[in-house]
Amino acid sequence: MAHIQLPEGLHGIRGAMAFRPETAKPLNDLVEVLLRGPNSLTPGERELIATYVSSENDCYYCQTIHGAIAAASLNDNEELVKNVKYDFQTAEISAKLKALLVIAGQVQQGGKHVTAEAVARAREVGATDTEIHDTVLIAAAFCMYNRYVDGLATTQPRDEAMYRERGRRVAREGYVSVSKEYLPPIAAR
Amino acid sequence: MPHISLPEGLPGISSGFAFRPETAKPMRELAHVLLHGPNTLSPGERELIATYVSSQNDCYFCQSSHGAAAAAHLAQNPAIVELVKHDFLDAPISDKLKALLAIAGQVQQGGKHVTTQAVDAARKQEATDLEIHDTVLIAAAFCMYNRYVDGLATWQPQDRAMYASMGEHLATYGYLTPSLKS
Repeated sequence: MAHIQLPEGLHGIRGAMAFRPETAKPLNDLVEVLLRGPNSLTPGERELIATYVSSENDCYYCQTIHGAIAAASLNDNEELVKNVKYDFQTAEISAKLKALLVIAGQVQQGGKHVTAEAVARAREVGATDTEIHDTVLIAAAFCMYNRYVDGLATTQPRDEAMYRERGRRVAREGYVSVSKEYLPPIAAR
Repeated sequence: MPHISLPEGLPGISSGFAFRPETAKPMRELAHVLLHGPNTLSPGERELIATYVSSQNDCYFCQSSHGAAAAAHLAQNPAIVELVKHDFLDAPISDKLKALLAIAGQVQQGGKHVTTQAVDAARKQEATDLEIHDTVLIAAAFCMYNRYVDGLATWQPQDRAMYASMGEHLATYGYLTPSLKS
């Protein structure tokens, strides 16, 4: 049971967002820019960073939905998503993404854990300042989303098919667009 | 030195915001709703929650700027800010705020650390669901802002007058526009 009375039938962050549409708007806008906006990192790569951080934070809902969105963005390669969560150093991803995942893992531990060496390594394999910036912010943002979802004890059904289906929709239509189906209009409150 | 090439002369999060205005916009809006929007918790109380979490995360820039904003809101007794950071159970604040700070401290550790007991204790002090929600989200959001500011190794000058002036600006105008002239 959730710690507060959230709208029924909406799982994970959706229930929390429907409870408080005023904060849902910037939360959805932020994730849309970070994971789907114009970027030299593909949406699939960025979703993998979000999935990895959510997995390190042990947030079931976030790692499963973002894992599903990542897979949908990567030719339905669910195996790759699992491998990145399990041990990204041996996964079939670019050296650049591996270096960025190292930075993301450091951010997950705490901002001061990010080392100049990890940043230099990412730059060596071709990461730009904007890619490093966005990696730090995606990792930081998921330290927020994960805490929000688990800190309210939201319902998080173990239903892989549901996440797969929603993952495909978000990969196709985006966060802000899909959010319209579960967010009440703010003016109605 | 920052990990990436950030605009010079801008401290802390202002440099990240200037580097990437696309992400700055929703981050500013979120802080504004959470800390400055209409709420049954006063802006001073919410700034104390933000300051406490930033202090637990050891982020100098965030605890100084939000501490200054809290002090500006609590002008009769700005010493409360240091007392809350040091030991909030001993600070001259309401029992409700103490109970909410306990929840915020649990969120800082991790979402799963929040206990039913802490939530019940807050409800016993008449915290509403919305106040508990906002406490959880303020604490979670500062686990983002703090990591962003320290994770980029931004410039964080030790300059009390600068933070005091930022705090006055934030307390008066909120978070939608820059609190420092570049």
